[in-house]
Amino acid sequence: MAGPRYIADPEDSVSTVALDGLSVLFHAPSGMTHIVAAPAPEILAMLRAGPADAAELLRRLQAHYDFEGDEAAEAIQARLEELEAAGLVQRA
Amino acid sequence: MRHRLDLQIGPVAFRLGSAWCEPLDVLARLYEPYPAPRDRICDFTVRLEPEKPWRRFVRPSVAIKGDYVLPDAAPMALAHGLLAAEMGMNLQMALGQKRYLLLHASSAEKDGRAILMTGESGAGKSTLAALLGERGWRLMGDEFALLDVASGKLLPFPRAVSLKNGAIKVMEAEVAPERFGPRLEGTPKGVIRHMQPNREAIGRMAESARPALILFPRFGQAPAIRAVGAAEVFMRLTQASTNYVNLGRRGFDALNRLIAGVPALAIDYPDTDTAIGLVEDFRQELAA
Amino acid sequence: MRNARLLVQVLRDPASAGECDWSGLVSAARAEQLIGSLAFRMADRPVPPRVAEIFEAARFDAAQARTQALWEAEMARRALAPLGVPMILMKGTAFHAADLDASVGRSVGDLDIMVPRRSLDEVEAALLQAGWEHVKAAEGYDDGYYRQWMHELPPLIHRSRDRMIDIHHTILPLTARPTPDAQAMLDASVKLENGLRILCPADIVIHAAAHLFADGDLAGGLRNLWDIDRLLREFASPGFWRTLAERSRLHQLRPAVARALRLSNRLYGTPVDRSLAGRFGLADRLFEARLLARNGWGQERRKLLRFAFYLRGHWLRMPPLMLARHLWMKARRPA
Repeated sequence: MAGPRYIADPEDSVSTVALDGLSVLFHAPSGMTHIVAAPAPEILAMLRAGPADAAELLRRLQAHYDFEGDEAAEAIQARLEELEAAGLVQRA
Repeated sequence: MRHRLDLQIGPVAFRLGSAWCEPLDVLARLYEPYPAPRDRICDFTVRLEPEKPWRRFVRPSVAIKGDYVLPDAAPMALAHGLLAAEMGMNLQMALGQKRYLLLHASSAEKDGRAILMTGESGAGKSTLAALLGERGWRLMGDEFALLDVASGKLLPFPRAVSLKNGAIKVMEAEVAPERFGPRLEGTPKGVIRHMQPNREAIGRMAESARPALILFPRFGQAPAIRAVGAAEVFMRLTQASTNYVNLGRRGFDALNRLIAGVPALAIDYPDTDTAIGLVEDFRQELAA
Repeated sequence: MRNARLLVQVLRDPASAGECDWSGLVSAARAEQLIGSLAFRMADRPVPPRVAEIFEAARFDAAQARTQALWEAEMARRALAPLGVPMILMKGTAFHAADLDASVGRSVGDLDIMVPRRSLDEVEAALLQAGWEHVKAAEGYDDGYYRQWMHELPPLIHRSRDRMIDIHHTILPLTARPTPDAQAMLDASVKLENGLRILCPADIVIHAAAHLFADGDLAGGLRNLWDIDRLLREFASPGFWRTLAERSRLHQLRPAVARALRLSNRLYGTPVDRSLAGRFGLADRLFEARLLARNGWGQERRKLLRFAFYLRGHWLRMPPLMLARHLWMKARRPA
């Protein structure tokens, strides 16, 4: 059963800087700065290709990155909900 | 307001008004060598007022007001009026500074290189900066450092250093008595004494400096140094800033430029001489 | 600078600033929440360098405040979208969402939204689900009273963003005498290009007037009146004045709107419809004095006058019998 689908803001609304293992993000629409760990930046990048639910995202992540997918779709779903609470993704 | 004093500290001009002359008289003596703001145009206003009209005379009680206020701030006794004035200025900076990225940090400069020191209260950053200021460095500030988001330089904010409890003796041993304010007993933070920065610090308060080292000192530990990762530095500096959020994208970019260009160390030290030794070693390494 | 006339004068006519008490002007503006508006009004005026820096920093800060206000609106929209309930932005956030002149330099504190009264429970539940929480209740605070009689729910605050949201179902407390027609406000609301909703122009002005006079003690009045000036100048047209008159009567707020027009015209020189505004009278002078009761140190002056208005604000929110009952119940409550 497909889970909820999410979308991310366009690429130019987020500035990402990688800092020793974590990433800091400036999200222009909110003016907020977030400090995030993998796979959050990767999830945001993969969502740019179009709306996706957790299962579809997992497929994209595995295709695009060397993704050691112990991360089941449930874990991706949990990350998506965190990103949604932070305002970085929203329901499609 | 009955009494008025204008003060220039680094790039910031304050207008202080008071219902009583005493706090401003003490403040004026402490800041005597400082230049006066031009044109009586000031960035921020602080007001020392009686909480209720009769408290101007009966058990005088100083409420700290101004452009920016903390609604539940407890008033202070008139004997601590100097402290109230200082807290008033701190509040204006903490709540009202929107031009420069404000960091709760001390800073000092030598040969054009500035060191930025930040950490929890009691970590010793103020005392370290004050001591460096007496040992060949220029004190830039003991409480606030200002980062210019456009140039990436640090601006001085060399207010009178607020020394607490043990630190008072340390500085009294090194600095001439004329440079101290009154000893204030029974304040919420214990015993406090203010120390005037030296003539060099005051005279060069308009000079910015390029940051060369970020230091996270911790007092009262066996000596240790470790490099601090960039993400941790980012997080700690945003926590040390009251206005990071206000500056939006410019603050984000400026902080990243700072972190990318400047090494960061955490040092644990059992006494200030050890810390200063470590700082000097590192400075010489950087200069080489 | 004994009162706020200089501030009003410079806002009204930036070219008139000349060689003024700049520190006094800035302090008064900050105290009246008008520093952003002033900074934009003075953007192209020649001013001393330090003043230019102060205004520039204020403009940057206002831009950030605008971003944050619109973001709060967006997050509320996302939380409430599944309910299909109309969510109408009010006050400063609405000005920013619609890019009205009144939004220029306008600071915004809480997010104010209006929803139908019947939807209050589900709206509150959805917001609590999405990360908002109840603000810790003050001592002696009466939650039951608040929910029954006020025009808004007890405020919520977002747990990580630390910003408050006020959920209104009408624009005045139910205990106040005028009874605006909340349903008519919802029906006439306007949908913006970005999907957000605001009140129709006449209702925006009526709400601003109600908020200024009928809701409180005029604290912050100069800012509210500046909003009204900007709104009236932008909306002015023969059709608008007619609609404003009609809807003011509908919402039983014609006296408040008329007074707002008189005071805006008096202080800020706003062109207003004379038949709706009426003539500036003695009572208006008191209001004017109250609005201007701020000196160049940022202090509030005219204590007695302010206290009289404070009492008036309380009186208007709570008619005498209710007040007596409310106080009696409070006294009876076990300690």
